[in-house]
Amino acid sequence: MKARGIRPWLYLLPALVFLGIFMVYPLFDVMVYSVEEGYNSASQTYYGIGGYNYAYVLRDPYFLQALKNTFILVIITVPVSTGIALLISLGLHSIDRFKEFFQTVFFLPYVTNTLAVGLVFMILFKKTPYSDGFMNLLITAVGGTAVDFIDGPYWAKMFVMCFYTVWVVLPFKILILTSALASVDENLYKAARVDGTSRMRIFTRITLPMISPMIFYLVITGFIGAFKAYSDEVAIFGTDLNAAGMNTIVGYVYDMLYGDSGGFPSYAAAAALILFAIVLTITCINLLVRKKAVI
Amino acid sequence: MKIVLEHLTKRYPNLNRKIKEDVIAVNDFTFEIPDGQLIGLLGPSGCGKSTTLNMICGLEPPTSGRIWFGDDDVTNLPPENRGVGMVFQSYALYPHLTVRQNICFPLENLKGADRLTRAQMDEMALETARLVQIDELMDRKPSEMSGGQQQRVAIARALVKKPRVLLLDEPLSNLDARLRLQTREEIRRIQRETGITTVFVTHDQEEAMSISDMIVVMEAGVVNQIGKPQKVYDDPVNLFVAKFLGTPPINLFDAEIRGGRLYLGGDCVLQGADSVPDGPVVAGIRPEGFVPDENGPLVCGLMAVEVMGRDTSIVAEHPACGGQIRAIVDTEDIPPEGAQQVRFSLRPAKVHLFDRDTGERIRI
Ligand SMILES: Nc1ncnc2c1ncn2[C@@H]1O[C@H](COP(=O)(O)OP(=O)(O)OP(=O)(O)O)[C@@H](O)[C@H]1O
Ligand SMILES: [Mg+2]
Repeated sequence: MKARGIRPWLYLLPALVFLGIFMVYPLFDVMVYSVEEGYNSASQTYYGIGGYNYAYVLRDPYFLQALKNTFILVIITVPVSTGIALLISLGLHSIDRFKEFFQTVFFLPYVTNTLAVGLVFMILFKKTPYSDGFMNLLITAVGGTAVDFIDGPYWAKMFVMCFYTVWVVLPFKILILTSALASVDENLYKAARVDGTSRMRIFTRITLPMISPMIFYLVITGFIGAFKAYSDEVAIFGTDLNAAGMNTIVGYVYDMLYGDSGGFPSYAAAAALILFAIVLTITCINLLVRKKAVI
Repeated sequence: MKIVLEHLTKRYPNLNRKIKEDVIAVNDFTFEIPDGQLIGLLGPSGCGKSTTLNMICGLEPPTSGRIWFGDDDVTNLPPENRGVGMVFQSYALYPHLTVRQNICFPLENLKGADRLTRAQMDEMALETARLVQIDELMDRKPSEMSGGQQQRVAIARALVKKPRVLLLDEPLSNLDARLRLQTREEIRRIQRETGITTVFVTHDQEEAMSISDMIVVMEAGVVNQIGKPQKVYDDPVNLFVAKFLGTPPINLFDAEIRGGRLYLGGDCVLQGADSVPDGPVVAGIRPEGFVPDENGPLVCGLMAVEVMGRDTSIVAEHPACGGQIRAIVDTEDIPPEGAQQVRFSLRPAKVHLFDRDTGERIRI
């Protein structure tokens, strides 16, 4: 009896140790940092305990800019990428010839390095003394005026940012959704056809509910992923994101730690915990909505 | 509604691309289903039963041939305009909808003049649910019900639009033995009550025999025999039909006709086959065709006596029979304990002769 009590814990021990060292302890440590006021990493000293770090971060215009950027990114890219992925998956699902070929084509970007994709986006969007970039060629061809997407107005930069993010997350979503579509019982569609169900109704009343768990999964992971965005921004706008006005929360955390104006682990910790709270809240809301919804 | 199938044929391109030849799933199926009858479509796996049903339903267009419902040629009509209800083997209930929503689903598709109000729909759904006795379970989801209950929901959903034809594709194969028995009676009852022309697909001969007005025995896309179940059982047209119907199955012997007499090995078991030319034949003897008889002409080695419920069967062996012989006999005819041998005389009506090469029936 006794051995039975210990054994499961013994099996779990390696995982628990690693999780403890690399996840629980840092989380705890971050919390401690975030309340230590005036922490100095060289001398390992601080003045006192309190909410000053949070107050500072929440008043820092760079942080507010990063917060705004991140929210815009999340709110635009998650629905747009999920919607586009759904459309493409439906298309892929309905063709029968060369299906594998097209699936591979759509999945390829997933195995491509994001920095390489960033380079391609630079070529597409960047304005240099020699050329306006491919996108501007198109814009001028249809009679518009060229815009600098990388160093120009805020909305242009935000557009590139969202475009890039959607592009990068699309393959994974397509993969998940095509397999979700393929797993819907073919007989449900047959039954619906026998009953004369219109294609629109088949989609809204059968297909969507049947794949809704996967859509929820993609929305939640999409939210989390977009809130954690950072490397994609660097790939396009370079490392000085604050100057470009395109910083994100994770970017802000990084800058506070290691950036040119860095060396403030307490501010970084406070910002990280604010992000943590936001993601947690949104995920909880998502889960609640999901419980209320179908299935 | 009378259904007429005229030279119905379905070819599929071969899934194995290396083989150019098409798969002929159904070959030249011609049959007239009388109004209000229950037809059992019977055959081994892959013989084209589902394909036939899908063509009647309209889910698959036939490669050639025509389908008539009454006087209407429905060959080119889509399923929703044919007025058919279909029950699938896996039930195909919408898992995210309640029983009521499932049953109402076909009604909600009606448009224009046929459009129903919510109250009318609920009324019709409840009425149909009562017919299949699930009106207590209207707010459950399919996952919260037993297989038999799900089956009834599927039938209710197929019936709610008052179709002219009901099609059932192996509707009982997911149920356990007892529920199968019960549900097939239920299907029979519902069919009688509604008087709806019904086609019932199964590979279980007992199921087909027990509830059908007529059975159609198919093999590899070809219809072998159509008729009343008892008639097909008593008078099979070929070896395949004889083997396919009946549990325990018919016993087969390598036999020979010599001078109008039937020989099994050395035993002359029947006389009067004068119209049959001399030569080797296959003799099929139904289990109930054996009568234990001390002076009977068929001498077999006794292997076992099995009493199962009300049936008593004798398991025996004979040199002319490849496998075991299984005979169903009256209890008082059991051979004495310790006997090594059992002798039978045969009921001529239960003995069928078949051509050894083609399997066609040789009539005496
Ligand atoms: N879409 C298809 N493409 C190619 N061949 C097919 C297709 N559908 C069925 N077939 C072939 O047609 C034949 C008849 O199939 P069908 O599904 O009608 O058999 P069945 O009698 O219903 O068998 P089961 O009892 O296993 O359901 C089979 O040989 C099958 O392989
Ligand atoms: Mg089938």
